Amino acid sequence: MLSISGVTKKFGDKAAVNNVSFQIDEPAFIGIIGRSGAGKSTLLRTINRLTDVTSGEIQFENSCISKLKRNDRRRWQSECAMIFQQFNLVPRMDVVSNVLHGTLNKRSTLTTLFNLYPTEDIHRAVEILDRLGIAEHAPKRAEALSGGQQQRVAIARALMQDPKIILADEPIASLDPMNAQIVMDALRRIHEEDGRLVIANLHTLDTARRYCDRVIGMRDGVIVFDGPPEELTTEAAREIYDAGDDFSEEATSTEIGVLDRTEMVAAVA
Amino acid sequence: MSNPNSQEPNPKRPPQTDTKIVQDSYMAMVQRKRLYGGIVLLIFVLMMVSGFMVADSRNAGGFWDGLKNVGDYPADVLSEAWEQRAELPGYLFKFLPALIETINIAAVSTLVGVVAGFLLAMHGTRGLAYFPWAIPFVRRTTDIMRAVPEIVIALLLIFVLGGGPVPAVIAIAIHTAGAIGKLFSEVAENVDLKPVEGLSSVGANWTQRVLLGVLPQVAPNFLSYSLLRFEINIRASAILGFVGAGGLGYELRNAMSWGPGLFDEAAAIFILLFATIIFFDQLSSRYRNQLAEGKSA
Ligand SMILES: Nc1ncnc2c1ncn2[C@@H]1O[C@H](COP(=O)(O)OP(=O)(O)OP(=O)(O)O)[C@@H](O)[C@H]1O
Ligand SMILES: [Mg+2]
Repeated sequence: MLSISGVTKKFGDKAAVNNVSFQIDEPAFIGIIGRSGAGKSTLLRTINRLTDVTSGEIQFENSCISKLKRNDRRRWQSECAMIFQQFNLVPRMDVVSNVLHGTLNKRSTLTTLFNLYPTEDIHRAVEILDRLGIAEHAPKRAEALSGGQQQRVAIARALMQDPKIILADEPIASLDPMNAQIVMDALRRIHEEDGRLVIANLHTLDTARRYCDRVIGMRDGVIVFDGPPEELTTEAAREIYDAGDDFSEEATSTEIGVLDRTEMVAAVA
Repeated sequence: MSNPNSQEPNPKRPPQTDTKIVQDSYMAMVQRKRLYGGIVLLIFVLMMVSGFMVADSRNAGGFWDGLKNVGDYPADVLSEAWEQRAELPGYLFKFLPALIETINIAAVSTLVGVVAGFLLAMHGTRGLAYFPWAIPFVRRTTDIMRAVPEIVIALLLIFVLGGGPVPAVIAIAIHTAGAIGKLFSEVAENVDLKPVEGLSSVGANWTQRVLLGVLPQVAPNFLSYSLLRFEINIRASAILGFVGAGGLGYELRNAMSWGPGLFDEAAAIFILLFATIIFFDQLSSRYRNQLAEGKSA
């Protein structure tokens, strides 16, 4: 359904994403891992069209989305939801309004100006919040919520878009382990119950192993691993993270209990 | 710092020469700056002195002779007004329509100028502009609009369109748009772009992104700048009356140029003008304080 062929994105001379190709045939839960600066965020942003590709093509169900312009591009964005590490909600607006922003592409500017969302949409927004277990926070300002709750509001906004794809850029990187698990469970459930394609940038190996059907490893803008999580051995991880023999897998973990088992010194080194 | 090696001299990079180069080049820069500063100060002093001398020689009768008479005019006005004080309430009432016209001119021009300035600010700020390539152009336009004084535009328009409130509104609105555009874009530069990016990612259009992502963040600031501008524009509107744009300033010029006999009217107009300016000054500063407090709460 999604096919990336030869996508390159350059910032100046430097290629953040370098000739990346892969194909996804059916809705799945896909993880992209790699160390900081590997180009994970840039790749997701080119799929959502927040960033334009320098060369290459992105196809979704027989339409070339990397060439869409203006209204067509915005319509694609409304079908391809994005979740950010920093949530990217409007902090001064209430939770339901933030969820309703998922429908903006269908709404006129005038509707936006006077906050005239249809009642069905408002009801649906609250239902989605309920599904994610945060309905009681509906009238609060987004900034009054904890990080984990804000990220679930962002997921609700994504679901409000009724998207074909959900892209999640390090959705749990600024959350504590408890909230990280709640958010990852929610994303996995959305994939399983609604059959949506989820692509998530993750920065811990154990999360990738635990939640993903397929893992793509990136290093310096290039794909260096692509396979099921079982094939993600310590050797493969060393290759992805470009680490030496002292590489400890637990060093990339945030899960409760794991760090206790390893020496902190090893983790820092 | 805990690393003991850091205290030993590093054989690869002798720190002495490095530091010396940095010190020398920095000192050279400081001296250059001081020199420029001195030159600017000198030019400034020279301009002040020469300007004063020119003004003094051009002034009919000379500045120093005029200085002695400075107190005479207000004294005439005051003494005449005092003699006619019984008429004053009637005059205050008589000039009320003119006062309303002055406030009206200020209100309309503030509204138009603030909206235009807001658009200029959005289109002139990186990360928010609809056409990023046009940012330098928008900024220069804003600068020019701000640089030209209201009275110059007003005189030009009065020459073309004739007197009346319309030239005044246009003149003040143009200057307001320039000033507000600059102030707003400084605020907008510090806007958190994350919400805007979030709205982009759902396919929101430019207007929606600005209304929902930017406006809630900047509204208190923008409102307080607009109130301040309204206060300034009441003054500007009164002054433009002098050059034929109607309102209180126009009446004041008539009263004053008629000379003795209408000084009581002039006094009434002064009272109205001061009262109005003080009233709006107090009003806007109270609201601005409230907004500032509301923001931190
Ligand atoms: N807007 C930009 N302008 C210039 N360079 C950029 C920009 N965005 C990303 N880059 C560069 O592209 C490279 C890849 O960045 P990217 O954010 O995609 O990495 P990442 O894998 O998401 O890293 P992280 O885990 O830190 O988020 C980096 O070297 C970064 O400096
Ligand atoms: Mg990233």
